[in-house]
Amino acid sequence: MNKIEIENLSLQYSDGSESLRGISMGIRQNAVTVLFGPAGGGKSTLLRCLNRLNDLTDIRTSAGRILIDGENILDPKTDVIALRRKVGMVFARPVPLPMSIRENITYGMELAGEKRRTKLDEAVERSLKLAAIWDEVKDRLNDPAVALSGGQQQRVCLARVLALQPEIILLDEPTSGLDPISTGKVEAALQELKKNYTIILVPHSVQQAARTADHAAFFLQGELIEYDEGKKMFTTPKEKKTEDYIMGRFG
Amino acid sequence: MMKLFARNRHSVQRIGYSLITLMAVVTVLPIVGTVIFILFKGGSAISWEFLSGFPHDGMRAGGILPAIIGTLYLTIGTAVFSVPLGIAAAIYLAEYAKDSALTRLIRLAIINLAGIPSVVYGLFGLGLFVLFLQFGTSILAASLTLSIMTLPVIISTAEEALRSVPQSFRTVSISLGATRWQTIRKIVLKEALPGILTGIILGLERAAGETAPILFTGAAFFLPRLPQTPFDATMALPYHLFVISTQVPEMPIQIQYGTALVLLVFVLTMNVIATVIRSRARSRRQW
Repeated sequence: MNKIEIENLSLQYSDGSESLRGISMGIRQNAVTVLFGPAGGGKSTLLRCLNRLNDLTDIRTSAGRILIDGENILDPKTDVIALRRKVGMVFARPVPLPMSIRENITYGMELAGEKRRTKLDEAVERSLKLAAIWDEVKDRLNDPAVALSGGQQQRVCLARVLALQPEIILLDEPTSGLDPISTGKVEAALQELKKNYTIILVPHSVQQAARTADHAAFFLQGELIEYDEGKKMFTTPKEKKTEDYIMGRFG
Repeated sequence: MMKLFARNRHSVQRIGYSLITLMAVVTVLPIVGTVIFILFKGGSAISWEFLSGFPHDGMRAGGILPAIIGTLYLTIGTAVFSVPLGIAAAIYLAEYAKDSALTRLIRLAIINLAGIPSVVYGLFGLGLFVLFLQFGTSILAASLTLSIMTLPVIISTAEEALRSVPQSFRTVSISLGATRWQTIRKIVLKEALPGILTGIILGLERAAGETAPILFTGAAFFLPRLPQTPFDATMALPYHLFVISTQVPEMPIQIQYGTALVLLVFVLTMNVIATVIRSRARSRRQW
């Protein structure tokens, strides 16, 4: 079942240059969908449409719709706060907010009006466990989150998103700054999480794309070149450009 | 020629360093000199009676309590008006304003406001607050005048402090379902606070030491009692110093220097507080 339907989406910068051209794709529920391709292809921009984070920048939609559960989230009447609680995002560089580990997790919930200590404590434990970081931080939840290593910080950032109980999780090259062991932990956590969430990942390498993708979409210069099941895409791509990129002939 | 230069590279460097060190010493010398000089000349005047008594014998004896209290009132009064307004303006400029003709005009106005001679502020205050708004020569009028003078300092340092908070904090906060205002209140302001406080103290410190803006707006030559309401005029340290240095014949010299010393301590204390806040915040900063 498709959780998200992107219909003929085109985006442009305020100077009129195009960022994405006529993208149409459906994104499956409870699966990892990977958006990959060379830099500047529009993957992150597309990701940031899904939680309307592009509202903060000079990128505007010029055509198209994005339906999540059948509702067009690009509609000006959309409640973007509610949308962002439903569609969480993990960024390329871990950005712990300047507060303790616990406060990082509860920040979003408190904004949403949750004040009950027991609820918050439950959420802290549950989300840190889901992000596979609980055992490493359970004894120092009140320490500043920046004191953690980069890999730990990124999993705390993932837990921070999970605490809001979103339905969709966007990850923009979440492991680009991490060592292979931390990367493995994050990837393993994603495989576990996809049972309950819809996950959209911009990987930091073709190898990661191949490892994690249930479905994969290849983007090149603002266009969707090919979209297929991960297994097919990385063994028998249909398009010459996709094959050339996967084989490392350009990129 | 090149060869000669190459051989002497080390000595050229040494001479350069010595020159720079000399410059630094020359810069610091007047400040240290002034403090020592005033301490030496005025130290003997400082006593409990001097700090807690009223002047008598036409200012030639007694204490300077009303001037100390007056400067305190004026500083607080200035803070009341300039701090909320300055922070609000800085938040607008740093967080909300888009780059437009209007914001460029506002910035230009702030920069120019900082360059206006203080006596002009005094005349402006006289015209607007004392006469037109009929506040009279009062603490209120003087505080408002000093506020206008202090605002550019507070606005520009606060804006700078807000801008130095990493953009990624704002993006993350918004992505977690915060509104812009919640992000500013819970993250940005908290992180920028030490920088903002430093600017406030430096601005108020300047206000506390100024004579010209209060000359026509709130300062009194002599008052037999402390001001009771914001609509009373007040004595103030810088103006008192001006008065006893120029308007009173046969003035004992140590009272003049004693007054200067109290004013200096008042201002330097604020400066030290600002420095401590800044350095403590820097060592605690998590980014």
